[in-house]
Order: sequence, then structure tokens, then C-alpha cells
Amino acid sequence: MTLSVRRIGFHVFVIAFGLLMIYPILWTLASSLKPESEIFKHAGSLIPSTLEWNNYIKGWSGFGTTSFSIFFRNSAVITLFGLVGTLFSSSVVAFGFARLKFRTQSLFFACLMITMMLPSQVTMIPQYIMFHKLNWVNTFLPLIVPHYIGGSPFFIFMMIQFFRGIPRELDEAAVIDGCNTYHIFWKVILPLAKPAFMTVAIFSFMWTWDDFLGPLIYLNDPKLFTVSMGLRMFSDPSSVSNWGYMFAMSVLSLIPQFLIFFTFQKYIVEGIATTGLKG
Amino acid sequence: MNQQFKRELVGISFISPWLLGFLTFTLGPIIASLYLSFTNYDMLSSPEWIGTHNYIHMLTQDSRYWNSLKVTFLFVFISVPLKLMFALFVAVLFTRNYRGVSFYRTVYYIPSIIGGSVAVSVMWKRLFGLHGALNSGLSFLGIKGVDWITEPNTAIWSLILLVLWQFGSPMLIFMAGLKQIPKELYEAASVDGASKVSNFFRITLPMLTPVIFFNLVMQMIGGFMTFTQSFLITAGGPLDRTLFYAVYLYQNAFTNFQMGYASAMAWVLLLIIATFTALVFKSSSAWVYYESDGGK
Repeated sequence: MTLSVRRIGFHVFVIAFGLLMIYPILWTLASSLKPESEIFKHAGSLIPSTLEWNNYIKGWSGFGTTSFSIFFRNSAVITLFGLVGTLFSSSVVAFGFARLKFRTQSLFFACLMITMMLPSQVTMIPQYIMFHKLNWVNTFLPLIVPHYIGGSPFFIFMMIQFFRGIPRELDEAAVIDGCNTYHIFWKVILPLAKPAFMTVAIFSFMWTWDDFLGPLIYLNDPKLFTVSMGLRMFSDPSSVSNWGYMFAMSVLSLIPQFLIFFTFQKYIVEGIATTGLKG
Repeated sequence: MNQQFKRELVGISFISPWLLGFLTFTLGPIIASLYLSFTNYDMLSSPEWIGTHNYIHMLTQDSRYWNSLKVTFLFVFISVPLKLMFALFVAVLFTRNYRGVSFYRTVYYIPSIIGGSVAVSVMWKRLFGLHGALNSGLSFLGIKGVDWITEPNTAIWSLILLVLWQFGSPMLIFMAGLKQIPKELYEAASVDGASKVSNFFRITLPMLTPVIFFNLVMQMIGGFMTFTQSFLITAGGPLDRTLFYAVYLYQNAFTNFQMGYASAMAWVLLLIIATFTALVFKSSSAWVYYESDGGK
């Protein structure tokens, strides 16, 4: 008897608190469907009196000449090219650190660990100056190229942890079969590393899609803006004409992340739990 | 070719993408940033060596700088412990084998997925604005709320609440840590008639200290670098009450184009983070329990 009372108490508490936690998200969703006049009149309510789909249609066309289809396309290009680069560089580099033995290895591994802790503010300014001199400012290159040369040490570290869990006997057996190092990487390690690839790909997608500081620093032309930059331009108090459009576009900007999260939840939960990645 | 040399070459060729990035995007910029911190540089004319002037000006004359330090420390020292306590509380709650726990875990993690996105900042601004949902709710209770975002005394709390709302990652890490604690410890304690509360303080908490330590270090480093929320929601205002270190640094670098001064700020930030991380590491021998050492 007391047991079931406690059980009910647990569920009531957790559900009540959970509703409070997701209220802001439901509220954004509700506001995106409310007629403009209603958004701040019955601000707390979650039920629009009529469904104003127009917010989505009008919001999508953005303002001026740039529509949200351009912002979404830009975000997709940066995210996908970045993703490919991250998968390539993190797997190759992690193999070098986790499976090979060479003299300068421990020195470089220490460097890798230090870079993981380094506040990005320290390198941000010289990087900007460098990209400025290369004439890369106001292109996607500063946002994509670093992914190809190990720009996120977190992912390398994650792959290293995963590769270390693959039994070494497999490598040894492959050597006896006459495989060289490159064959071991391609034929033994990579096929077994699928879960690690999935996890890295998911986090890389989430972080690049979400990234704000990078596009803020490097992109000036609204035609090159990512979704987050477009949304920010849209939400500028001096230019907001309609809050319903604003909320509608906010909802759309979150959809890719939600889709990925709900499809690949297992990888995300395990990725965070085992390597302590910040989500 | 010599066998050892060949091995070295193969190893380096595998890590070469990272090595190239490390040299050009990390090591080079670190050195450049240290040099720039001793110069006056606006990106139009070439850097002019001014010795320690940036550092002296920052520490003795720039009251906005000191204010940004104060705000950042306040933010880190309030939000990080609260966030960790909260994450731990929920994680312990979710250790029960009740039906639906994994669903609840997903719901509680949802706010953390969209952590730093612009949409969340927009949402927060409207929720806590003068005509937002919070005040709408308060008006039912007969309370007339203020604009929580532009009111100098409440602005920082709206940002603290935002990061507390996103306790999902430490929660998941705590949950993984809780699973590692051997069940036998609790069984032995229950034979001795220990209470739940004493179990928590004598078994759960000590066994979890390595995970707490890890979460503390990660959250602290992240806290010192907080940028997006303040930049988008309050823009450092009102009256600089939420002018976080990273926001002030950004303003100096990319609004005022004082690259030298901003570099000096970045180096002091690095020193602050390194000092606090070192302090936590040093203190860890006193409170972090590692089983393999046979205790403290």
C-alpha cells in the first residue's frame, strides 16, 4: 500500500515537473499558430483560438529578398560538408592515436588533450585575422575547412575511446594474413566502428546546426546567413513586424534537431553517458 | 628504410590532418594571440608594440572589465552548483525501476537538445518579457510582473534559469555513474539497517565523486565561456548587468576592432580558467574517491 502511494507520488511529481520543463517549447509551438493579436493578449495560453498557418507561409518568405529557404540551404550545406570532414579526420586521426605506436605519439596526444580544454576565445581572434587575410571572410570556408583538419578534438577523442575498445587480436590476425596498416584501418577497424561514426555524425550535425558564434563572426551577407543568423536578423526588435512569423520560423529552425534526436536517441544518450560530451 | 623511421612516418601520416590543423589553427593562433596582447591592433594598420599596456589598462582603468568579471563569476558560481545539484537530484530520482522512467528521461532532456539555439533565446525573451507568459500567469495571482529581461536586478536570473533548464547532459552522465555503483553496497547497508538518507550520503555520494568531479570541471569551463544566451537575450544589458566576459571580449574584438586588447582579455580568461581547473584538480584528492586506490 505505502509502496504504491510512493509510486503515484513519484509519477505525479515527475509529470508535473516535466510539463513545466517542456512548457516553453509547447508555448512557442502554440504561439506560432496564434493570430498576431492573440500572442501577447492571452500570453500564457497554449491553445490558439484559430490555427493561423499563414504565420508559416508568410514567415518563410522572410523579408527583403532573402527567404528562409536560402537560410536553410546555407545551414544544410555547412552542416553536411562539415559532417563529412569531421568523419574523415576524426576516424583517420583516432586510428593513428589508438592503434599505432610511434615515438612522438604521447607528445601529440598531450597536445590533443590540451586543445580540448582550451577556451576558444584564445584562438578566435588570430583565426579571424588569418581568414581575413586569406579573403575567406564572408564565405563558408572558415566554417567548413577546420572540420577537415581535426577542428573538433572532442570527436577525435571519442573515436579514440571507441577504437581502444576493439580487440587488438583482430589487428594481429590481419597482420598474419598479410595486411598492412592501411588495410587494417579500412578492412578491420572502419567496418566495426559504425556506432562511433553514427554518434560522431549526430553530434557534429547538432553542434554545427546550432552554431551561432562562427556564422556571427564570419558571415556578413544575408544571402549567406545560416538559419540561426537569419532568425536573429528576423528577431531584431527594430525590424520585427510580426511575432507570429517569428515564432513559426523558430519552430521550423528546431525541427531538424528534434528529428535527429528522436530518431537517434539511443546514440545520443550513450554518447553523452560514456564520453561525457556536452550535448 | 629503417623500421623505426617507417613506423614514425606511418603514425604521423595518420594523425597529419589533425597535426596540420593543430599547427595552423591552434598553436599558431595561440602564439599570435599572445603577441597581439602586447600590441595595439585595429586590423587597418599593422600591430604596434605597447608592452603590458593592455593588461595594465584592463586591470586598473577599465571598470566595465571588472564588472564583466564580477558578472561572470556570479553567473558561474550560482549556476554551476545549482545545475549539478539539480541534475543529480533528478538522476537519483530516475534510478527507480518504475515504468515510464526512460520516457521521462527523454522529456527532461528535450530542453538540452536545443541548448544554444537562437530560437530558444527568442523564446526566453518573450516568455519573460513584460507581456510574456510568466507575467500572464502572475496576473492570475494578482501580481503585476516586470519585464524580467530588462529589469537590472532580475536580468541575470533569467539567464541563470535558462542554463538551469538545460541540465540534461550532467543528468545523463550522473545516471550512467549511478548505474556503476555495485548493488552489494546497498544490500550490505540495508542489512545493517541504514536509512535511505544515510545511504545517499555514505554510499551514493562518495561513489559518485569522480563523476561529480568531471561534471564540475566541464560545466565550470563552459560557464566561464558563456556567450550566446547573454549576447542574444540581454545583449549584455541592462546597465551591463549581464555583460559576460565572453560578450565584452567579443565587443572589443568585433565591434571596436581592438584586437590587441581583446587578445589580452582572452589570455586572462585562459589564466582564470586554468587556475580554477587546477584548484578543482588539486582539491580532488581530498574529496574524490577512486576505488582503485583503495579509498582516499
